[in-house]
Amino acid sequence: MSKIVLKNVYKHFDKKVTAVSDFNLSVEDGEFIVLVGPSGCGKSTVLRMIAGLEEISSGEFYIDGKLMNDIPPKNRDIAMVFQNYALYPHMTVFDNMAFGLKIRKFKKDEIKKRVEEAAELLGLEELLHRKPKALSGGQRQRVALGRSIVRDAKLFLMDEPLSNLDAKLRFQMRAEIAKLHQRLKTTSIYVTHDQTEAMTMASRIIIMKDGVIQQIGAPKDVYDNPENTFVGGFIGSPSMNFFDGRIVDGQFVVEDVRINVPEEKMEYLREQGFVGKELTMGIRPEHIHLLRGGEEAGQTNSILSKIIVSELTGAHTLLYSMLGTQEMIAEVESRTNVSPGEDVYLTFDMNCVHFFDKEAGIRIRPEKSEVLVG
Amino acid sequence: MEEVEVAAKKRDEERVASAHAYFDNIHTKRKLLSLVNFILLAAGSLLILSPIWWMISTSLKSMAEVMTYPPTFYPREWNWDNYIKTWKAAPFDTYAINTITITMLVVIGSVLVNSFIAYGFAKVPFKGRGILFAIVLSTMMIPGFVTLIPQYVLFSKLQWINTYFPLVVPAFFGSAFFIFLLRQFYMTIPNELIEAAKIEGASHFRIWWTIGLPLTKPALATVAIFSFNGAWNDFLGPLLYLNDESLYTLQLGLQVFKGEMNTQWNYLMAGSLLVLLPVIILFFFFQKYFIQGINLQSGGK
Repeated sequence: MSKIVLKNVYKHFDKKVTAVSDFNLSVEDGEFIVLVGPSGCGKSTVLRMIAGLEEISSGEFYIDGKLMNDIPPKNRDIAMVFQNYALYPHMTVFDNMAFGLKIRKFKKDEIKKRVEEAAELLGLEELLHRKPKALSGGQRQRVALGRSIVRDAKLFLMDEPLSNLDAKLRFQMRAEIAKLHQRLKTTSIYVTHDQTEAMTMASRIIIMKDGVIQQIGAPKDVYDNPENTFVGGFIGSPSMNFFDGRIVDGQFVVEDVRINVPEEKMEYLREQGFVGKELTMGIRPEHIHLLRGGEEAGQTNSILSKIIVSELTGAHTLLYSMLGTQEMIAEVESRTNVSPGEDVYLTFDMNCVHFFDKEAGIRIRPEKSEVLVG
Repeated sequence: MEEVEVAAKKRDEERVASAHAYFDNIHTKRKLLSLVNFILLAAGSLLILSPIWWMISTSLKSMAEVMTYPPTFYPREWNWDNYIKTWKAAPFDTYAINTITITMLVVIGSVLVNSFIAYGFAKVPFKGRGILFAIVLSTMMIPGFVTLIPQYVLFSKLQWINTYFPLVVPAFFGSAFFIFLLRQFYMTIPNELIEAAKIEGASHFRIWWTIGLPLTKPALATVAIFSFNGAWNDFLGPLLYLNDESLYTLQLGLQVFKGEMNTQWNYLMAGSLLVLLPVIILFFFFQKYFIQGINLQSGGK
């Protein structure tokens, strides 16, 4: 039950490499924060600094208003789950889970009670006397979770806890961790490179790149209103489509394709002086629709494109084609029967597109209804 | 049509037959090879075992038979009481207790202290760790005899002559080889284990004791065996530092059979065999660890 604040936190390695720069975050009690980004973006470093495994080069880190910079990990009252589980191979499941309690000199009955409670919660009752070697990946992961919940720590840290599991198990454990959090309501910080995990589990997502926070926000905000092209491309699968072009006569011109832009979007683009400038337009694959038959063809905003690849994913079909020389992916309903090489008409839902300053990659926002997320 | 089928069938049969011949051939080759291997290994072991046989046979001969020429391959008379006479020729009971005391202390010291130092070098980051480790390793290159006299002077100034301190205390200060061996082993333990324990609230000492020691057992067994061997067979140390006969070790005790004029070879061999026995037994039981530990040196596991 705790509030966490990081203020202007930096991490330098060997005085040359800056792994994390100017990291600012304030976490409310009970939140589930997910740090997400490509490998090497500094997300794990942030987590390790919070855990106390890595020194904070500069900046301040508070738990419940107390400065934690120089407090050793054992006095921070945190629990952490590691990617490779870090179970002690020579101890039974029970001893693994009891380890921290024993060190903190809990009474024997209390240890037994807590371990058994956690085991029940995670379905490990039958396995308490086994060694980690005799467990499956999912079971080991559960033991690692159990080890961190028995202590009832203030803060729960998870460093890519699911990436060693196979896809099906990952899906299952994802739901289980989410359930666990809803029950225990422990403030949690979770690191992953998997945007799906981030989207499904987080109360707030922090997207990082090269040690810099790109955006902080609820999954829906981040998905619907990406601050820049990086966030747009990183969150969501398949990725957002990006097309470089410019606004001419109320139309977005990509090479030889012209697309009408709705008046409300034109208004703020015009106001902020982006007409005629180099822009990037972003549109999610699900906002590109397939036009049926010939009757709608030729209407405004329809784009004739040759399908290169058609992938059935189950509920949807992904259509790969080109817009001029730029690749385009459309997500359409699954039973469309479009075969590669076929020419089809696609149309953009222009109310859902985003415009980004091409050079800076930053989203151009309607100035008045400014809602700062995070 | 039928002819074609018959021909095809025949061809298949031929193929099967030739395949059989081929595999038979490989089997015979393998058998031959293993026979050759067996003969070579047997000859090798005989060669290596022959001195030990010579010890055993000498230990059972009478002194007169030891001196006969040509020497006999096995004793004409089996004098089993040589062993009893040997043991009674000097206070070997006391020597045995003394040796066991020293050896136990050295083994305990070596196992705990070297493991603790190695944990520090492997898992505790601190400034100058690399340089310090290099200095520790470099002590391996100093021959023991170079430090013999300074060490003697040091211990005599500490008034430790004619005590067990010079034989036992150095074991509690680590040895470069053991530190290196154990550090390599610690490197194979994932850092996450240590970090997880740190977060759980354990101190480095606690982590070493509850996680480090149990996980490095094979390497610790190697250290125990090597240090046991060293302490048990040490001759020079006790010779230098011990004056009172009541403090003597087995290796010193064996010297009673070596006279200035003549050596009682049969008793010396009997005594040596008795002294060697614990080492041989130990080797048989811990052979696995011996080989494992030495393999680790080359980086493998």
